[in-house]
This record gives sequence, C-alpha cells and structure tokens, in this order.
Amino acid sequence: MSKELTDAIVGMREDEALALVKQELAAGADPVAVLEDAKAAMTELGRLFECEQAFIPELIMGGEIMRGISEELKPHLKGTGEAGTRGAVVIGTVQGDIHDIGKDIVVMMLDINGYDVHDLGVDVSGEQFTAAIREHDAKIVGLSGLLTLAFDSMKTIIEDIVAAGLRDQVKIMVGGAPADVQVQEYTGADGWGNDVGQALKLAAEWTGGAA
Amino acid sequence: MFTDDWNKLTADERMATRLDAWQNVPIAFASPEVKQIYHDRVQLWRDAIALKKPAHVPITPWIGLFPMRYAGFTGHDGYYDYEKLGIAWDKYHQDFQPDAIAMTLAMVPGKVFDILDYKMYDWPGHGTEQDTSYQYNEKEWMKDDEYDLLIADPSNYWQRFYVPRMFGALEPWSMLPPFTDLCEMPFTAPFFAGFAAPPVREMLQKIMDAGDAAMEWLQAFMAIDGKQMATLGIPQMAGSSTKAPYDIIGDTMRGTRGLMLDKFRRPDKLKAAMERLVPLAINWAVRSADATGNPIVFIPIHKGADGFMSDADYREFYWPTFKAVLLGLIDEGLVPLVFAEGGYNERLQAIADPEIPDGRMIWMFDDTDMARAKQIVGAHQCIGGNVPGSMLAMGTPEQVDAYVKDLLAKTATDGGFLLSTGIVLDEADPACYKAFIDAGRKYGADV
Repeated sequence: MSKELTDAIVGMREDEALALVKQELAAGADPVAVLEDAKAAMTELGRLFECEQAFIPELIMGGEIMRGISEELKPHLKGTGEAGTRGAVVIGTVQGDIHDIGKDIVVMMLDINGYDVHDLGVDVSGEQFTAAIREHDAKIVGLSGLLTLAFDSMKTIIEDIVAAGLRDQVKIMVGGAPADVQVQEYTGADGWGNDVGQALKLAAEWTGGAA
Repeated sequence: MFTDDWNKLTADERMATRLDAWQNVPIAFASPEVKQIYHDRVQLWRDAIALKKPAHVPITPWIGLFPMRYAGFTGHDGYYDYEKLGIAWDKYHQDFQPDAIAMTLAMVPGKVFDILDYKMYDWPGHGTEQDTSYQYNEKEWMKDDEYDLLIADPSNYWQRFYVPRMFGALEPWSMLPPFTDLCEMPFTAPFFAGFAAPPVREMLQKIMDAGDAAMEWLQAFMAIDGKQMATLGIPQMAGSSTKAPYDIIGDTMRGTRGLMLDKFRRPDKLKAAMERLVPLAINWAVRSADATGNPIVFIPIHKGADGFMSDADYREFYWPTFKAVLLGLIDEGLVPLVFAEGGYNERLQAIADPEIPDGRMIWMFDDTDMARAKQIVGAHQCIGGNVPGSMLAMGTPEQVDAYVKDLLAKTATDGGFLLSTGIVLDEADPACYKAFIDAGRKYGADV
C-alpha cells in the first residue's frame, strides 16, 4: 500500500502521482495494488467532498489523475475486467438536456464503489433507457438533468420504463442541481439527489450495502 | 462619455446623473399617467439600491421563455417570429405588470446565428427540439495552450483564433493578419490583399447579411420593449451586460472542466488572462450603458457558486478580478445587477467586501439562505431573489404565496430588496406565477 501515491493524488499533485506510478511499476509493484491505492485516493476525495473540504474541481482533477494512472497501468493489467459486483446501473442525462459534468462525477464514483455503471451520455430518450435496462439487467437507474425542461423529460422516461414492464425491476433516482423531493414526486422516481454523496447513499440503500 | 463634464464628476455624481437619465427617459409615453407610473417604478429601483424602503417591494423576475408558453407559442417562435414575440411580451406584461420588462435580450435572433453558422450553442430549429431554450455546447473552445496568445493581445486572440471557432462562417478571419500590422503607408496595402481571397469575400457577405438580420431583430426588440415602457410604464431590467473574468474564461472559452483543471495546472496564466480581461469587461458595459441610458448592468455569474471551489480558491481566483470589474463599473456611475446563479451560501462573507461602497449595486440570489444573505450582504447592498423555479413550475399557488410571504418578512422589512425568481424562468404554471405576482403585491405593500 503506497500512502505516498494516495497522498499525491489527494493533494492534487498530478506530475508527482504519475511519476510515482511509473517508479512503482519499474520496481516490479503489482499493478492491481497500485490501482487500489489510486482508488483509495478517489474514495478519500469523495469523503472530503462530503464534508465540504474538497469540491467539484478536486473530483474532476482527481478523475484526470486517475485517467492518467489508468493509462499507465492498462498494459500491465491483464483482463481484470472491472465488472462491478454491486449491480448494474444505467445512467444518463435526460432527453433535451446536454449537461453532464455532475453525471460524469457520479458515474466515476459509482464505478469506483463497485457498481457496474453504463453511462448512456446526454440527451437520452426513454427508448434508450429501457433498452439499456434490459440489456444490462439494471437494478438502478439514474436520470440527470439541469434544465427545468428535464423534469418533464424525466417523467416521460419513467412512464416509458413503466410501459416497458421494467418499473418493478429498478429503483430510479433523479439528480442534478434543481432536483428536490418535488421533482421526485412529480416524475415518479424513488429518490433524488443534488450531489454524488446522495447518489452513493441511495445506491447503497437500494442494494443493501454500505455507502 | 455620458456627459461632456464626465471626467469632472465624482462616482456619486455619475451614478445620480445616470439614474436621473434613466428615470426621465425622453420617450413619448401614452399619457402623463403612464409617464408618472414609469417614474414611480424607477423610483422603486432607486430606493431599493440606496437601501431605503420603496413605496412597495419591486417585483423584478428573471424571465426566459415563460411569456412565449403563456401565450401558447414555442421557443422556436420566440427566436424566429418577432410578431409572436411581440404578442407574447404584450400579454405577459399586461397580465402581470412586473416592475421590470422581461429580458428580451435572451430572445436571441435565430436567423443571425443560422447565417453565421454558430457552433457554440444549439437552439430550436438548429439542434434541439422546437420548444426548448438555447443550450450551450460545453467544450474547450479555447485550447489549454492558448493562454499566452490571449494574454499578449486579447483582440488578436478573439478575432483570429476564438471567433473563427465560434462561427463556421467566420473561419476565414484566421486567414487575415491582425489590424495592428497597419501603420506606415508601405506596410498597409499587403494587409488589404488578404480581403481579396474568395473565402474572405464570402465571409464578409455573410457578415453583412447577419448585420441586416441583427438590425431587424434590434428594431423589433426596441419596439417591443418601447411599447411596454410607453404604454405600461415598465422600465427595462438592464441597459448593458458584462461578466466576471473567471466566467468569461470558464463559461464559453475553456469550459467548466477545462477551467477547473487550469486552476491546478496553470494558475498563473489563468490569473494573468483574467487581469487582461478586467478593463475589457468594464469598457463593454460602459459603452452599452452610454448608448442605452439605463445604468443597470446585468452580470450573470456562474463558476464561483457553492461547490465549484473552496472559499479560499474563490478569494484567490474568482473574487479579485470580479471585484475590480465591479469597482470599475461603480466608478463610472453604473449599478451592477449581479445574478448569482446556483448557491452562494459559502460566498456571502467574501462578497460583503468593505472595499465596495455601500448602496451601489444589487446581488440577486438563487439557491441561497436569504435571511443570511440579508444579514451579511443586505447590510451593505440591495439584494433580491429567490422564488424557486421548481415551485413556480410544479408547486401550488398556496405554496408560492406562503414562500413569498416568508421571504419578504425575512428580507424586505427595511427595504433594499427586489422580489424575483431564483432562475431565468422558462416554465411555470400560470396559476403559480400569478400567485407569485399577487403575493408580491399583497405582502410587499406594507412589509
């Protein structure tokens, strides 16, 4: 376990973190262990975000550093196939809306926390959501939106999920800056959240695990 | 200069001069009664800005597409059909009689953007559904290695690098040399030879066509706003706009993500670029305000909201150049109308900066604790806000009434408050919106 690497990532020291990874690999370190140290840093960043000591830029920069580290490790990781064990999640920004920064952070943190996340991107229709739920046997659906038009889009998508006979199979969360209990009730969702911490809590509750 | 003796006036005198001009706008009102109504409405604004208690709480909502939908029209209609735009604006203002005209500026002319092949946004008829508002395409329109170009010469950077990316039709600007090549006679003709190139000629024709379309829109806009002023006595919400330098770079240049990474990867270049933008941001507002005669400067702010950075980072990266812009505007006698979109709970201490003179600007809030905002910021500046868009779209009239009553009790008892929406309103249940206006009138009359 390399505290040095974890500290460098949490400290946002990008060049130092990448240099450490290269050094560790050259010294024969187990690439899976190196990846675990990097993930520990992301979990710590998530915790700091929860207690308002880290903010969105730190999560994004952390994600960037992770991306760089994953690139370094990829040739050394032989088909570890990171299939999440906590269940499949289908997530996307709803039709009519193309905002994705918050959604991307939620995708990253759910993935790190062991969910099998399928990111459908932006401007996603009910048809695309229902197809993805079927294809991946999803347990959780995340509908993201920033614009007020997203509320109606979320409602329609949930109606499509009902019509497809899939509503009982999934728990649905609505997310984004304007999400609140009013939006949850209006759209017919099971939960709502304004940030990644709330998304992780809901996902854990719905899969019976710890957040 | 706004007046011939401008350089001799103090900032206080300049502000009074501009407010007087706005209040006594030389237009032909429908009647002396309407002229008085207009005069009284601007007085509401003046009193609120001066931290006094106006005759009643001014109701100044942020309005987007709502009037179009209220009139049974679509977003597309708003951006392309000036007749329908006029009908919708007339109906909205007659029915609700707010103390500021809905921002017609936001009803952008789709035709201009079609001609110029605008790439930065999508809008109805051009990449989105027919009945949405325009949407920004988040991407790095400014590359991470272009800070030095911007810092060295912003105009050159805009003209030859950034603008050619914004508009497909303006790509050929990147083929032309910068205007700073022009000096002595022998060095001049080669500059103009560039304009003979067929792609440049085509571009110039499109610019002229866009100019015609923009002028058509501007005339429609002025007629529509002019009608609300002249027949209903409602003033425009602002006479100019500008932005915080951090948002200029973050919103439509480096993008949200790019900017966040720049804060870690190249902080000194980011700061130097923002410094270069301060005088440009001030000058933009001054030129427009001198032309319109309305001293209120609309400044939407975005990337410094709660969650987007720590308090320390806000004070180091966001606030210094924004404050410099605010002080520059105030020195010119202008009144910044800052709309802090998102949450600003963590910023209240920073923005209650004692170096900004009291009673010179307006802070409008969205998802922020208004009692705290009143206590910390409202002690020094007029504040406003913050009826939630979700409540106006999906709540009940009873909820809206209760919210406004509670809000005014917390913020307006000693004046210095403008009642508004928390967001630019595209969607609302008309019954809820009416409840918002009615509650504002009822509880704002004697709060």
